[in-house]
Amino acid sequence: MSYTPQIRDSLRKVENTRQARLHEAFPMIEPQEKRTILEKYHPDYKAESMREIRVGVSKGQRMPLELADVMEGASHLTSDTLDLAQVDYDTDVLVIGGGGAGSSAALLARENGAEVIIANKLRHGDANTIMAQGGIQAADKPGDSPDIHYLDVVGGGHFANHPDLVEVLVKDAPLVIKWLENLGCIFDKEPDGTLKTIHGGGTSRKRMHSARDYTGAEIMRTLRDEVRSYPHEITVLEFAPAIELIMDDKGRVAGAVLLNIETGEHLVVRAKCTVLATGGSGRLHYQGFATTNHYGATGDGLVLAYRVGADLAFTDTMQYHPTGAAYPEQIVGLLVTEKVRGLGAQVCNIDGDQFVHPRETRDVEASAIIRECVERGKGVATPSGKVGVWLDSPMIDIIHGPGTIAKALPAMVRQFGRFDIDIVKDPILIYPTLHYQNGGISLKPDGSTGIPGLFAAGEISGGVHGRNRLMGNSLLEVTVFGRRAGEAAALQSQEVQLGKLTLTHVNGWRQELDEAGIENQVNSPILLPDYTRELR
Amino acid sequence: MTEELVSIFIMGKRHVVPSGLTIMSAMEHAGYRLIRGAGCRGGFCGACATVYRVPGNYRLQVGLACQTVIEPEMHLAQIPFYPGHRADYSIDDLQPTFEAVVTTYPELLRCLSCGTCTKACPQDIDVKQYMAEAMRGDIAAVADRSFDCIMCGLCVSRCPAEEVQPNIAILCRRLYGKYLAPGAEHLAKRVLEIEEGKFDDDLATMKSLGEEELRRMYNERDIEPE
Repeated sequence: MSYTPQIRDSLRKVENTRQARLHEAFPMIEPQEKRTILEKYHPDYKAESMREIRVGVSKGQRMPLELADVMEGASHLTSDTLDLAQVDYDTDVLVIGGGGAGSSAALLARENGAEVIIANKLRHGDANTIMAQGGIQAADKPGDSPDIHYLDVVGGGHFANHPDLVEVLVKDAPLVIKWLENLGCIFDKEPDGTLKTIHGGGTSRKRMHSARDYTGAEIMRTLRDEVRSYPHEITVLEFAPAIELIMDDKGRVAGAVLLNIETGEHLVVRAKCTVLATGGSGRLHYQGFATTNHYGATGDGLVLAYRVGADLAFTDTMQYHPTGAAYPEQIVGLLVTEKVRGLGAQVCNIDGDQFVHPRETRDVEASAIIRECVERGKGVATPSGKVGVWLDSPMIDIIHGPGTIAKALPAMVRQFGRFDIDIVKDPILIYPTLHYQNGGISLKPDGSTGIPGLFAAGEISGGVHGRNRLMGNSLLEVTVFGRRAGEAAALQSQEVQLGKLTLTHVNGWRQELDEAGIENQVNSPILLPDYTRELR
Repeated sequence: MTEELVSIFIMGKRHVVPSGLTIMSAMEHAGYRLIRGAGCRGGFCGACATVYRVPGNYRLQVGLACQTVIEPEMHLAQIPFYPGHRADYSIDDLQPTFEAVVTTYPELLRCLSCGTCTKACPQDIDVKQYMAEAMRGDIAAVADRSFDCIMCGLCVSRCPAEEVQPNIAILCRRLYGKYLAPGAEHLAKRVLEIEEGKFDDDLATMKSLGEEELRRMYNERDIEPE
């Protein structure tokens, strides 16, 4: 499965230019040109890939076709499917989704005195968090500060970010690193305890903290293990996705209907407060893109929140990670961490020439790669008919010394090594891949949503990243806002008296769909993508 | 281009699928809509532990379904769940000592050092070696050697001593991270500064600025050299 002879021809050109490139700094793109390149090549700007949603509070808001279809979906339930008086679980705080945000929320809710249930669609910890490789940002070094971090975030997000959310993101960042360290997370450190930090795309200071290239996995498994330390206060339900939120007769979100995804049984959870932390939607494969996302990233929580009236923000912007694997076929679309570029690897075309600075923000970097392949025809063709450009990983050991790649990028070495590609010796073929949902449910800094009883945290939310997220700000977002939502939900739950449970909003939704003339829609949330071959 | 087809046996049933697929894609191609046994699909989450055998070899082999390419006439089954023991502990109540580890997991000492775990590991971690280091109380060594563990449980499924190696490993990693790793002084200092409100005014100023001013500052900001 190592490179074909045709691909090797181009690879040799990359090797031939390497020595010269080590001393060659490709200029950053000028602000005006950035705008042009985004409009011309970024997938978000393809007008025919978006449409307006025809129902609900954010009616008229643009979003990808695939998302609009599930958002306008029909419920799996009607108001009389279930006897809601028969409650299976009663709790203070229900957390839907057990990734980084949900687990952080559960821990803080417990710490603030709440009884908690985490409902997971698959296993606890099955989430994009566990796949995040490169790092987590925090301004904790001398020479850096939260306000410098703030400027990087809003610049990367094209100045559309919600200031109150950015403020707490950057201000809580060092607190979160400290919290994780206290839980026993192992970050990369110098012998004297100084945290190792590098640049990411769009950072002005080296503030990317890492745990080799298993940063998300290290954070996720630590949070999960911590949750497991409180079996009497945090109940973990697995293979039990939420398929509808429950309201009470006072208009408050009061829990959810869960589906035992293996037996088809419905479970009624009554909760004084509910935190939605279901993550993103890469498995909707916008515009047919391959994705880095977890199997379960199908936008479930967005669907549920929208049906109870939650407001949406920035649903027309998705993040395409510049460096998804383009070869071999078995791993096409999987993430090649930005840490590879953070450590100095450059991006080259079929001739071995640089055509973009390796640390532009992700949207700009991805657009430049698409331009190089589509407009300039300088991509490398693969046997399956795909195209990619080179990420020159061997530069890292030349710059930082032999052994750096093995130590700093073991997951990447292993990923490609399984297919007989040694990224220490040979560069990697990459192409942009669908990575992250920049927008989502509108939030306040405490994780509340504007709908009584409903909180949210993590990739499901929209606002903090504006129109483009920087590397290392998603692991940060899930922990910062997970903690905030968990705490706020726990405190609020102490004062809540729930009314009678109801699903009448589901009937209202049906009526709205009918009035808009929307027919033949899917049942949503869709819960899992369907990759089975069409059978006879 | 004609697709080369191979036959494989999923839980004993024969299916003909294109060659070159991973076990996971092959199962989906054969019509299985996975609920268990699929997760990140990228080798990070450990959901897709799979046991298989190939013709001409009596040995059972194990791997991750998302990372293992099928072979002709392969017989395979996924391991949907493995009821491994996780001790009841809180990291705050423990000390980073051999006594803490062996009291939490007394079965540690049942390890036979047979090395079946190491052979099973899809991450090529020397599990036997970190178990030996755990038995010596070298928590830092366990933390380092086990670091790339994705907790798929394949070592557990093959262990004749009924150890749950990944749980012993994460206990050691958390003890190391919390108690033994040198603390970051610059981080502690920054946390204190934030709690004292040192950056509140600067952040309030940033929030008050209009887009034009922010844009100017952003385009002119100095960037820390490599």
